[in-house]
Amino acid sequence: MRYIDEFRNPELIRKTLDEIERIVDANDHFRIIEACGGHTYSIFHFGLQKLLPKNIEFIHGPGCPVCVLPPGRVDEVLTIAAKNSDVVFTAFGDVMRVPGKFGSPLNYKATGTDVRMIYSPLDALNIAIKNPDKKVILFAIGFETTAPSTAITVLNAKELNIDNFFVYSNHVKIVPVLQSILDQPNMKIDGFIGPGHASVIIGAKPYEIIAKKYKKPIVISGFEPLDILQSILMLIKQLKRGEAKVENQYKRVVLEKGNVSALEIMNQVFEDRPAFEWRGLGAIQNSGLKLRPEFEKWDAEVYFNVEKIIVEENKDAQCGEVLKGIIKPNQCKLFGKVCTPDNPIGALMVSSEGACATYYNHMFSSVAF
Amino acid sequence: MCLAIPGKIVEMVDDQNQYAIIDVSGVKRKVNISLIKNEGVHVNDWVLIHVGFAMNKISEKEAKEQLQLLQEIGEDMEALEEVRGYQFE
Repeated sequence: MRYIDEFRNPELIRKTLDEIERIVDANDHFRIIEACGGHTYSIFHFGLQKLLPKNIEFIHGPGCPVCVLPPGRVDEVLTIAAKNSDVVFTAFGDVMRVPGKFGSPLNYKATGTDVRMIYSPLDALNIAIKNPDKKVILFAIGFETTAPSTAITVLNAKELNIDNFFVYSNHVKIVPVLQSILDQPNMKIDGFIGPGHASVIIGAKPYEIIAKKYKKPIVISGFEPLDILQSILMLIKQLKRGEAKVENQYKRVVLEKGNVSALEIMNQVFEDRPAFEWRGLGAIQNSGLKLRPEFEKWDAEVYFNVEKIIVEENKDAQCGEVLKGIIKPNQCKLFGKVCTPDNPIGALMVSSEGACATYYNHMFSSVAF
Repeated sequence: MCLAIPGKIVEMVDDQNQYAIIDVSGVKRKVNISLIKNEGVHVNDWVLIHVGFAMNKISEKEAKEQLQLLQEIGEDMEALEEVRGYQFE
Protein backbone atom coordinates (compact mmCIF):
# COMPACT_ATOMS: atom_id res chain seq x y z
CA MET A 1 0.00 0.00 0.00
CA ARG A 2 1.38 3.41 -1.00
CA TYR A 3 -1.56 5.47 0.27
CA ILE A 4 -2.09 7.47 -2.92
CA ASP A 5 -2.94 5.30 -5.95
CA GLU A 6 -5.33 3.11 -3.96
CA PHE A 7 -7.48 6.16 -3.23
CA ARG A 8 -7.67 7.12 -6.90
CA ASN A 9 -9.04 3.74 -8.05
CA PRO A 10 -11.46 4.47 -10.95
CA GLU A 11 -13.66 1.42 -10.22
CA LEU A 12 -14.22 2.43 -6.58
CA ILE A 13 -14.73 6.07 -7.59
CA ARG A 14 -17.48 4.95 -10.03
CA LYS A 15 -19.13 2.80 -7.35
CA THR A 16 -19.10 5.62 -4.80
CA LEU A 17 -20.48 8.09 -7.35
CA ASP A 18 -23.25 5.64 -8.33
CA GLU A 19 -24.22 5.29 -4.68
CA ILE A 20 -24.32 9.08 -4.23
CA GLU A 21 -26.51 9.41 -7.31
CA ARG A 22 -28.78 6.64 -6.04
CA ILE A 23 -29.55 8.34 -2.73
CA VAL A 24 -29.78 11.97 -3.93
CA ASP A 25 -33.30 12.85 -5.13
CA ALA A 26 -33.99 15.31 -7.93
CA ASN A 27 -35.55 17.86 -5.58
CA ASP A 28 -32.70 17.75 -3.03
CA HIS A 29 -30.31 20.68 -2.82
CA PHE A 30 -27.33 20.34 -0.51
CA ARG A 31 -25.01 23.24 0.28
CA ILE A 32 -21.77 21.77 1.56
CA ILE A 33 -18.78 23.72 2.83
CA GLU A 34 -15.43 22.11 2.27
CA ALA A 35 -13.42 23.60 5.11
CA CYS A 36 -9.94 23.12 3.66
CA GLY A 37 -8.32 24.82 0.71
CA GLY A 38 -6.78 21.40 0.03
CA HIS A 39 -10.28 19.97 -0.46
CA THR A 40 -11.22 22.81 -2.84
CA TYR A 41 -8.08 22.07 -4.82
CA SER A 42 -8.80 18.31 -4.99
CA ILE A 43 -12.44 18.81 -5.99
CA PHE A 44 -11.37 20.91 -8.98
CA HIS A 45 -8.09 19.17 -9.78
CA PHE A 46 -9.77 15.77 -10.04
CA GLY A 47 -12.91 17.22 -11.67
CA LEU A 48 -15.16 15.81 -8.92
CA GLN A 49 -17.63 18.67 -9.33
CA LYS A 50 -18.17 17.51 -12.92
CA LEU A 51 -18.94 13.98 -11.79
CA LEU A 52 -21.27 14.71 -8.89
CA PRO A 53 -25.02 15.43 -9.17
CA LYS A 54 -25.68 19.12 -9.90
CA ASN A 55 -27.78 19.54 -6.75
CA ILE A 56 -24.71 19.16 -4.54
CA GLU A 57 -23.33 22.70 -4.24
CA PHE A 58 -19.88 23.41 -2.81
CA ILE A 59 -19.12 26.51 -0.78
CA HIS A 60 -15.41 27.08 -0.48
CA GLY A 61 -14.63 27.57 3.17
CA PRO A 62 -12.10 29.53 5.21
CA GLY A 63 -9.45 26.82 5.53
CA CYS A 64 -6.67 28.39 3.51
CA PRO A 65 -4.51 30.20 6.08
CA VAL A 66 -2.88 32.43 3.47
CA CYS A 67 -6.28 33.55 2.17
CA VAL A 68 -7.70 34.57 5.54
CA LEU A 69 -4.62 36.55 6.56
CA PRO A 70 -5.48 40.26 6.86
CA PRO A 71 -3.44 42.31 4.39
CA GLY A 72 -1.03 44.24 6.56
CA ARG A 73 0.27 41.22 8.50
CA VAL A 74 3.08 40.71 5.95
CA ASP A 75 3.83 44.46 5.88
CA GLU A 76 4.12 44.60 9.65
CA VAL A 77 7.33 42.54 9.63
CA LEU A 78 8.51 43.22 6.07
CA THR A 79 8.83 46.94 6.83
CA ILE A 80 11.12 46.01 9.74
CA ALA A 81 13.24 43.76 7.50
CA ALA A 82 13.37 46.49 4.83
CA LYS A 83 14.66 49.09 7.30
CA ASN A 84 17.25 46.85 8.98
CA SER A 85 19.82 45.09 6.83
CA ASP A 86 20.53 42.54 9.57
CA VAL A 87 16.91 41.29 9.63
CA VAL A 88 15.94 38.27 7.50
CA PHE A 89 12.28 37.56 6.65
CA THR A 90 11.55 33.84 6.11
CA ALA A 91 8.24 32.28 5.05
CA PHE A 92 6.71 29.35 3.19
CA GLY A 93 6.32 29.68 -0.58
CA ASP A 94 2.56 30.32 -0.27
CA VAL A 95 3.25 33.59 1.55
CA MET A 96 5.78 34.94 -0.95
CA ARG A 97 3.22 36.46 -3.31
CA VAL A 98 0.70 37.73 -0.75
CA PRO A 99 0.10 41.37 -1.67
CA GLY A 100 0.68 43.74 1.25
CA LYS A 101 0.31 47.52 1.43
CA PHE A 102 3.79 48.07 -0.01
CA GLY A 103 4.05 44.92 -2.12
CA SER A 104 4.51 41.19 -1.56
CA PRO A 105 7.54 39.55 0.10
CA LEU A 106 8.88 38.90 -3.42
CA ASN A 107 8.52 42.61 -4.29
CA TYR A 108 10.47 43.47 -1.13
CA LYS A 109 13.15 40.91 -2.08
CA ALA A 110 13.47 42.53 -5.51
CA THR A 111 14.28 45.84 -3.86
CA GLY A 112 16.96 44.41 -1.60
CA THR A 113 15.20 43.17 1.55
CA ASP A 114 16.59 39.83 2.78
CA VAL A 115 13.57 37.59 2.09
CA ARG A 116 14.08 33.82 2.02
CA MET A 117 11.67 31.01 1.17
CA ILE A 118 11.65 28.00 3.49
CA TYR A 119 9.98 24.58 3.46
CA SER A 120 10.03 23.94 7.20
CA PRO A 121 10.16 26.15 10.31
CA LEU A 122 13.38 24.29 11.11
CA ASP A 123 14.94 25.83 7.96
CA ALA A 124 14.41 29.29 9.49
CA LEU A 125 16.08 28.18 12.73
CA ASN A 126 19.03 26.80 10.73
CA ILE A 127 19.42 30.12 8.91
CA ALA A 128 19.59 31.80 12.34
CA ILE A 129 22.19 29.29 13.57
CA LYS A 130 24.36 29.76 10.48
CA ASN A 131 24.07 33.56 10.52
CA PRO A 132 24.61 34.68 14.13
CA ASP A 133 25.00 38.31 12.97
CA LYS A 134 21.45 38.29 11.50
CA LYS A 135 18.06 38.43 13.17
CA VAL A 136 15.82 35.84 11.53
CA ILE A 137 12.04 36.24 11.57
CA LEU A 138 9.87 33.20 10.84
CA PHE A 139 6.55 34.39 9.41
CA ALA A 140 4.65 31.47 10.97
CA ILE A 141 1.32 30.65 9.43
CA GLY A 142 -1.15 27.77 9.41
CA PHE A 143 -3.88 26.04 11.37
CA GLU A 144 -3.29 23.44 14.09
CA THR A 145 -1.72 21.36 11.30
CA THR A 146 1.39 23.54 11.33
CA ALA A 147 1.42 25.15 14.80
CA PRO A 148 3.03 22.12 16.56
CA SER A 149 5.94 22.23 14.07
CA THR A 150 6.52 25.90 14.86
CA ALA A 151 6.26 25.04 18.57
CA ILE A 152 8.97 22.36 18.34
CA THR A 153 11.18 24.82 16.45
CA VAL A 154 10.78 27.35 19.30
CA LEU A 155 11.60 24.63 21.85
CA ASN A 156 14.73 23.73 19.82
CA ALA A 157 15.75 27.41 19.74
CA LYS A 158 15.38 27.50 23.52
CA GLU A 159 17.34 24.29 24.04
CA LEU A 160 20.15 25.43 21.73
CA ASN A 161 20.06 28.91 23.29
CA ILE A 162 19.59 30.65 19.93
CA ASP A 163 18.79 34.32 20.52
CA ASN A 164 18.60 35.59 16.92
CA PHE A 165 15.49 33.61 15.90
CA PHE A 166 12.01 35.14 16.22
CA VAL A 167 8.52 33.88 15.42
CA TYR A 168 5.82 36.19 14.05
CA SER A 169 2.80 34.02 14.76
CA ASN A 170 -0.20 34.03 12.45
CA HIS A 171 -1.30 30.60 13.59
CA VAL A 172 -5.05 30.14 13.73
CA LYS A 173 -7.61 27.63 14.99
CA ILE A 174 -10.17 25.90 12.82
CA VAL A 175 -13.18 25.41 15.11
CA PRO A 176 -13.68 29.10 16.07
CA VAL A 177 -13.75 30.11 12.38
CA LEU A 178 -16.25 27.39 11.47
CA GLN A 179 -18.45 28.66 14.30
CA SER A 180 -18.05 32.22 13.08
CA ILE A 181 -19.24 31.20 9.61
CA LEU A 182 -22.28 29.51 11.13
CA ASP A 183 -22.97 32.68 13.15
CA GLN A 184 -23.07 34.87 10.01
CA PRO A 185 -26.59 36.08 9.27
CA ASN A 186 -28.41 34.36 6.38
CA MET A 187 -25.85 31.58 6.08
CA LYS A 188 -27.41 28.58 4.41
CA ILE A 189 -25.17 25.58 5.05
CA ASP A 190 -26.26 21.98 5.24
CA GLY A 191 -23.00 20.36 6.32
CA PHE A 192 -19.22 20.38 6.41
CA ILE A 193 -16.45 18.38 4.80
CA GLY A 194 -14.17 18.70 7.83
CA PRO A 195 -10.44 19.45 7.73
CA GLY A 196 -8.20 16.41 7.32
CA HIS A 197 -4.77 17.46 8.42
CA ALA A 198 -5.74 19.94 11.15
CA SER A 199 -7.77 17.04 12.58
CA VAL A 200 -4.69 14.79 12.63
CA ILE A 201 -3.57 17.10 15.44
CA ILE A 202 -6.83 18.11 17.17
CA GLY A 203 -8.82 14.90 16.62
CA ALA A 204 -12.59 14.65 16.14
CA LYS A 205 -13.90 15.84 19.53
CA PRO A 206 -13.54 19.64 19.08
CA TYR A 207 -16.12 19.52 16.26
CA GLU A 208 -18.89 18.28 18.59
CA ILE A 209 -20.05 21.86 19.05
CA ILE A 210 -20.83 22.09 15.30
CA ALA A 211 -23.02 19.01 15.51
CA LYS A 212 -24.61 19.67 18.92
CA LYS A 213 -25.08 23.47 19.03
CA TYR A 214 -25.53 24.22 15.33
CA LYS A 215 -27.08 20.85 14.36
CA LYS A 216 -24.86 20.54 11.29
CA PRO A 217 -23.24 17.25 10.25
CA ILE A 218 -19.48 17.26 9.70
CA VAL A 219 -17.34 14.53 8.15
CA ILE A 220 -13.56 14.77 8.63
CA SER A 221 -12.13 13.96 5.23
CA GLY A 222 -8.91 12.98 3.48
CA PHE A 223 -7.80 14.65 0.27
CA GLU A 224 -7.72 11.91 -2.36
CA PRO A 225 -10.72 11.67 -4.72
CA LEU A 226 -12.09 8.54 -3.00
CA ASP A 227 -11.76 10.20 0.41
CA ILE A 228 -13.74 13.24 -0.69
CA LEU A 229 -16.43 11.22 -2.45
CA GLN A 230 -16.83 8.88 0.51
CA SER A 231 -17.13 11.89 2.82
CA ILE A 232 -19.83 13.41 0.59
CA LEU A 233 -21.66 10.08 0.66
CA MET A 234 -21.44 9.92 4.48
CA LEU A 235 -22.60 13.54 4.76
CA ILE A 236 -25.56 13.06 2.43
CA LYS A 237 -26.61 9.90 4.26
CA GLN A 238 -26.69 11.91 7.50
CA LEU A 239 -28.65 14.74 5.83
CA LYS A 240 -31.18 12.31 4.35
CA ARG A 241 -31.70 10.77 7.80
CA GLY A 242 -31.92 14.21 9.42
CA GLU A 243 -28.87 13.56 11.60
CA ALA A 244 -26.07 15.92 12.68
CA LYS A 245 -23.05 13.94 13.86
CA VAL A 246 -19.28 14.24 13.73
CA GLU A 247 -17.97 11.41 11.57
CA ASN A 248 -14.38 10.54 10.67
CA GLN A 249 -13.76 9.32 7.14
CA TYR A 250 -9.97 9.85 7.40
CA LYS A 251 -9.42 7.14 10.01
CA ARG A 252 -6.08 6.04 8.57
CA VAL A 253 -4.45 9.15 10.07
CA VAL A 254 -7.05 10.95 12.22
CA LEU A 255 -7.59 9.49 15.66
CA GLU A 256 -10.57 10.48 17.81
CA LYS A 257 -8.17 12.02 20.38
CA GLY A 258 -5.84 13.58 17.77
CA ASN A 259 -2.07 13.61 18.25
CA VAL A 260 -1.83 14.10 22.01
CA SER A 261 1.95 14.79 22.06
CA ALA A 262 1.59 17.43 19.34
CA LEU A 263 -1.29 19.11 21.22
CA GLU A 264 0.78 19.19 24.41
CA ILE A 265 3.75 20.75 22.63
CA MET A 266 1.47 23.28 20.90
CA ASN A 267 -0.17 24.24 24.20
CA GLN A 268 3.20 24.43 25.96
CA VAL A 269 4.43 27.11 23.52
CA PHE A 270 1.23 28.88 22.38
CA GLU A 271 -1.80 30.44 24.04
CA ASP A 272 -5.04 31.83 22.60
CA ARG A 273 -5.18 35.49 21.62
CA PRO A 274 -8.32 37.20 22.97
CA ALA A 275 -9.24 37.84 19.32
CA PHE A 276 -7.60 37.62 15.90
CA GLU A 277 -8.51 39.45 12.71
CA TRP A 278 -9.58 37.34 9.68
CA ARG A 279 -9.84 38.66 6.18
CA GLY A 280 -13.46 39.05 5.17
CA LEU A 281 -14.74 37.73 8.50
CA GLY A 282 -13.48 40.34 10.99
CA ALA A 283 -12.20 39.65 14.50
CA ILE A 284 -12.97 36.19 15.89
CA GLN A 285 -12.55 35.46 19.59
CA ASN A 286 -9.97 32.88 20.68
CA SER A 287 -9.17 32.04 17.05
CA GLY A 288 -5.49 32.98 16.93
CA LEU A 289 -2.38 31.67 18.70
CA LYS A 290 0.48 33.70 20.16
CA LEU A 291 3.65 32.66 21.96
CA ARG A 292 3.24 32.33 25.72
CA PRO A 293 5.03 35.01 27.81
CA GLU A 294 7.74 32.52 28.88
CA PHE A 295 8.79 32.29 25.21
CA GLU A 296 8.70 36.05 24.55
CA LYS A 297 12.47 36.02 23.93
CA TRP A 298 11.62 34.36 20.60
CA ASP A 299 8.45 36.38 19.94
CA ALA A 300 8.97 38.85 17.05
CA GLU A 301 5.92 40.87 18.24
CA VAL A 302 7.67 41.56 21.54
CA TYR A 303 11.29 41.86 20.36
CA PHE A 304 10.62 44.20 17.43
CA ASN A 305 7.63 45.89 19.10
CA VAL A 306 5.65 45.34 15.88
CA GLU A 307 3.10 48.01 15.06
CA LYS A 308 -0.20 47.10 13.46
CA ILE A 309 -0.60 48.13 9.82
CA ILE A 310 -4.13 48.40 8.52
CA VAL A 311 -4.56 48.13 4.78
CA GLU A 312 -7.71 49.29 3.07
CA GLU A 313 -8.87 46.64 0.66
CA ASN A 314 -9.74 47.34 -2.96
CA LYS A 315 -13.41 48.29 -2.77
CA ASP A 316 -14.31 46.13 -5.74
CA ALA A 317 -12.62 43.00 -4.35
CA GLN A 318 -15.28 40.69 -2.93
CA CYS A 319 -12.97 38.31 -1.02
CA GLY A 320 -15.20 38.39 2.06
CA GLU A 321 -18.32 37.44 0.12
CA VAL A 322 -16.46 34.57 -1.55
CA LEU A 323 -15.16 33.39 1.84
CA LYS A 324 -18.67 33.41 3.26
CA GLY A 325 -20.03 31.56 0.22
CA ILE A 326 -22.33 34.45 -0.77
CA ILE A 327 -20.85 34.55 -4.27
CA LYS A 328 -18.70 32.13 -6.27
CA PRO A 329 -15.16 33.34 -7.13
CA ASN A 330 -15.99 33.94 -10.79
CA GLN A 331 -18.86 36.26 -9.77
CA CYS A 332 -16.44 38.77 -8.21
CA LYS A 333 -16.08 41.98 -10.24
CA LEU A 334 -12.29 41.64 -10.37
CA PHE A 335 -12.03 37.89 -11.06
CA GLY A 336 -9.88 37.08 -14.08
CA LYS A 337 -9.82 40.70 -15.22
CA VAL A 338 -7.82 42.72 -12.72
CA CYS A 339 -7.19 39.93 -10.23
CA THR A 340 -5.31 36.91 -11.61
CA PRO A 341 -2.78 34.45 -10.13
CA ASP A 342 -0.01 36.49 -11.82
CA ASN A 343 -1.28 39.73 -10.34
CA PRO A 344 -3.39 38.86 -7.30
CA ILE A 345 -5.40 41.67 -5.69
CA GLY A 346 -6.93 39.45 -3.01
CA ALA A 347 -5.25 36.61 -1.14
CA LEU A 348 -7.79 34.05 -2.41
CA MET A 349 -6.01 34.40 -5.77
CA VAL A 350 -2.55 33.83 -4.28
CA SER A 351 -2.29 30.36 -2.81
CA SER A 352 -2.94 27.44 -5.14
CA GLU A 353 -5.47 26.35 -2.50
CA GLY A 354 -7.28 29.69 -2.56
CA ALA A 355 -10.79 29.36 -3.99
CA CYS A 356 -10.22 32.06 -6.63
CA ALA A 357 -6.87 30.67 -7.84
CA THR A 358 -8.41 27.19 -7.99
CA TYR A 359 -11.31 28.49 -10.10
CA TYR A 360 -8.95 30.45 -12.35
CA ASN A 361 -6.51 27.58 -12.87
CA HIS A 362 -9.30 25.14 -13.69
CA MET A 363 -11.68 27.44 -15.54
CA PHE A 364 -10.84 25.96 -18.90
CA SER A 365 -11.24 22.37 -17.81
CA SER A 366 -14.28 22.38 -15.54
CA VAL A 367 -18.01 22.46 -16.19
CA ALA A 368 -18.46 24.73 -13.18
CA PHE A 369 -18.46 27.62 -15.68
CA MET B 1 -0.67 25.03 2.80
CA CYS B 2 -1.85 22.14 4.92
CA LEU B 3 -0.49 19.75 2.31
CA ALA B 4 0.80 16.53 3.83
CA ILE B 5 2.29 13.56 2.00
CA PRO B 6 2.72 9.89 2.90
CA GLY B 7 6.20 8.43 3.19
CA LYS B 8 7.90 5.32 4.59
CA ILE B 9 10.54 5.37 7.33
CA VAL B 10 13.70 3.71 6.03
CA GLU B 11 16.23 4.64 8.73
CA MET B 12 16.27 6.06 12.24
CA VAL B 13 18.93 8.77 12.44
CA ASP B 14 19.59 9.52 16.11
CA ASP B 15 19.20 7.90 19.51
CA GLN B 16 16.76 10.52 20.75
CA ASN B 17 14.34 9.54 17.94
CA GLN B 18 14.21 13.14 16.78
CA TYR B 19 14.96 12.46 13.09
CA ALA B 20 14.36 9.68 10.58
CA ILE B 21 15.10 9.20 6.89
CA ILE B 22 11.82 8.89 5.03
CA ASP B 23 11.28 7.65 1.49
CA VAL B 24 8.71 9.63 -0.48
CA SER B 25 8.24 8.07 -3.91
CA GLY B 26 11.92 7.15 -4.10
CA VAL B 27 13.24 10.46 -2.75
CA LYS B 28 14.85 10.15 0.67
CA ARG B 29 14.60 13.09 3.08
CA LYS B 30 15.48 13.68 6.72
CA VAL B 31 12.29 14.39 8.64
CA ASN B 32 11.68 15.39 12.27
CA ILE B 33 9.70 12.71 14.12
CA SER B 34 9.45 14.39 17.57
CA LEU B 35 5.66 14.71 17.26
CA ILE B 36 5.18 10.93 17.02
CA LYS B 37 8.09 9.52 19.05
CA ASN B 38 5.70 8.47 21.83
CA GLU B 39 3.77 6.35 19.33
CA GLY B 40 6.54 3.78 18.95
CA VAL B 41 8.05 4.58 15.56
CA HIS B 42 9.83 1.85 13.60
CA VAL B 43 11.53 1.37 10.24
CA ASN B 44 8.93 0.45 7.57
CA ASP B 45 6.17 2.46 9.30
CA TRP B 46 4.27 4.82 7.00
CA VAL B 47 3.84 8.38 8.23
CA LEU B 48 2.20 11.60 7.05
CA ILE B 49 4.73 14.41 6.50
CA HIS B 50 4.04 18.15 6.73
CA VAL B 51 6.62 21.01 6.68
CA GLY B 52 9.48 18.67 7.56
CA PHE B 53 7.67 16.90 10.42
CA ALA B 54 5.93 13.53 10.64
CA MET B 55 2.43 14.37 11.94
CA ASN B 56 1.14 10.87 12.57
CA LYS B 57 1.52 7.25 11.61
CA ILE B 58 -0.73 5.94 8.82
CA SER B 59 -2.85 2.92 9.75
CA GLU B 60 -2.77 0.23 7.07
CA LYS B 61 -5.65 -1.54 8.81
CA GLU B 62 -7.93 1.51 8.61
CA ALA B 63 -6.93 2.18 4.99
CA LYS B 64 -7.77 -1.41 3.99
CA GLU B 65 -11.09 -1.27 5.86
CA GLN B 66 -12.06 1.91 4.02
CA LEU B 67 -11.27 0.40 0.61
CA GLN B 68 -13.13 -2.80 1.54
CA LEU B 69 -16.18 -0.80 2.64
CA LEU B 70 -16.26 1.06 -0.68
CA GLN B 71 -15.73 -2.19 -2.59
CA GLU B 72 -18.86 -3.55 -0.93
CA ILE B 73 -21.03 -0.58 -1.97
CA GLY B 74 -23.80 -1.74 -4.20
CA GLU B 75 -22.94 -5.43 -3.77
CA ASP B 76 -26.19 -6.06 -1.86
CA MET B 77 -28.06 -4.33 -4.69
CA GLU B 78 -26.32 -6.54 -7.23
CA ALA B 79 -27.21 -9.63 -5.19
CA LEU B 80 -30.86 -8.52 -4.99
CA GLU B 81 -30.96 -7.98 -8.72
CA GLU B 82 -29.54 -11.40 -9.35
CA VAL B 83 -32.09 -13.06 -7.06
CA ARG B 84 -34.88 -11.11 -8.77
CA GLY B 85 -33.51 -12.33 -12.06
CA TYR B 86 -34.11 -16.00 -11.24
CA GLN B 87 -36.96 -17.37 -13.39
CA PHE B 88 -37.86 -20.64 -11.67
CA GLU B 89 -41.65 -20.22 -11.46
